[in-house]
Amino acid sequence: MNEELIISGRDNLMVDPHLHIWHWPIPLYLFLGGLAAGVLFFAALYYLMGKENEYRSAVRRVPFIAPIALVIGLTALFYDLRHKAFFWQLYTTIRLESPMSWGAWTLLVITTASFIWCALHIREFFPDWDWKYNWLRELETFFNKYKKHLAWVILIFAIITGVYTGILLSAFNARPLWNTSVLGPLFLASGLSAGAATIVLASKNREERLLFTKIDLIILGVELFLIVHMFMGFLASTQVQIEAAGLFLGGEYTMVFWIFVVMLGIIIPGVLDLMELRGRHIPAVIPGILVLFGSLMFRFVFVFAGQVSRWLY
Amino acid sequence: MRYAMAIDTKKCVGCSDCVVACQTENNVPIGFCRDWVVEVMDGTYPQLEIELRSERCNQCENPPCVRCCPTGASHVAEGGIVLVKPNKCIGCGACIASCPYDARYPHPKGYVDKCTFCIHRVREGMKPACVAVCPTKCMYFGDLDDPNSDVSMVLKKRKYKTLIPEAGTKPHLYFLI
Repeated sequence: MNEELIISGRDNLMVDPHLHIWHWPIPLYLFLGGLAAGVLFFAALYYLMGKENEYRSAVRRVPFIAPIALVIGLTALFYDLRHKAFFWQLYTTIRLESPMSWGAWTLLVITTASFIWCALHIREFFPDWDWKYNWLRELETFFNKYKKHLAWVILIFAIITGVYTGILLSAFNARPLWNTSVLGPLFLASGLSAGAATIVLASKNREERLLFTKIDLIILGVELFLIVHMFMGFLASTQVQIEAAGLFLGGEYTMVFWIFVVMLGIIIPGVLDLMELRGRHIPAVIPGILVLFGSLMFRFVFVFAGQVSRWLY
Repeated sequence: MRYAMAIDTKKCVGCSDCVVACQTENNVPIGFCRDWVVEVMDGTYPQLEIELRSERCNQCENPPCVRCCPTGASHVAEGGIVLVKPNKCIGCGACIASCPYDARYPHPKGYVDKCTFCIHRVREGMKPACVAVCPTKCMYFGDLDDPNSDVSMVLKKRKYKTLIPEAGTKPHLYFLI
């Protein structure tokens, strides 16, 4: 028997007994950031492929979700800061060692770019839109001229944002569950599948829906592969990581992970997508909502479980 | 210069004087602490062994908290001591999550707080508060680069361990065993 006790009455708020420094705003933001990254990635990709008119929803309409999601996400992030009046200190330096630092700069770029992208497509929703001031009209002409460049910026920064949401966690070696580099691609895949699902939900064009159902199915497969991969990595690693994986393999997060994230979030929507592609008519809203729900739950489960995992000590 | 602390687990009686001294010296808000005492019980009755450890920030040579700080508020200061600049800290909590020892806590004022090795006392030639008050004199503090410092001398004589060295943090809090 080996029992460790802190006997001096240590009870640091949000640190003891389980470290719980990050609450709901962080997973919510990670989800919204991933969703925005997914949506913007497909918009920029299909624009650059010259499919703006075929996949109108993906390129012109759905991206409007991105700035909304980003603003809500950033508000959640800001709410989570405990020294709010000093948040601007983030933008006084760039520290490449700290994912949160370059992530903050990435968010600045992608949020601005998403607003510009939406401004260029505002007539999708308000056909008679007028910018009223001449300098705004000139700005629109300017960005229309460099739309391709803008799309490239969005494409690249969407990928960085998607990966960053995972790297943010994987950079912490103190929390063995987070400390795996698979988290970067895994969070990117989860964000992309949420983006594809949103396009399926929003699109009225059958061809577009089928394409993004196909894309969604592939990404869900990749996600499942990465999850299996992650567990293989954990179980072949050191004791701390074996114990971290144990949180999902019989530990306190087992049910919520396998039922909400894997079954409801990946496998069931994947099967429904497959049935749709085989010609059965499945209401798009079911797999779409399930994927979004799974993606959100994935962040919550991971952020909370990660804070429970720790070094043996 | 490289400040370090060595704590004799054989002499420590777990009285928590170090904890109270630190809270008083550094105005640690009520309900929080920068140092704490851990009791490790090993074995089965009647062959029981107890180890008592007064723990605090390990002032790591490779500090993950400094690495992940987005603003540079957490930094390595004189003598390798890891400090936080309150007016640069945004209170994001990254450093708290990154510490394998859970040595940091969010101060009610918003910034993150931790053990400073009582740098304000050390600068004036005094010992950190916890070391100064220890009734069993089980704590040694000093400069590792100085072979005649208390800590260098005791580390030469005694066996010691550090906590979670496998986390790669290169801690500078030694426990004499």
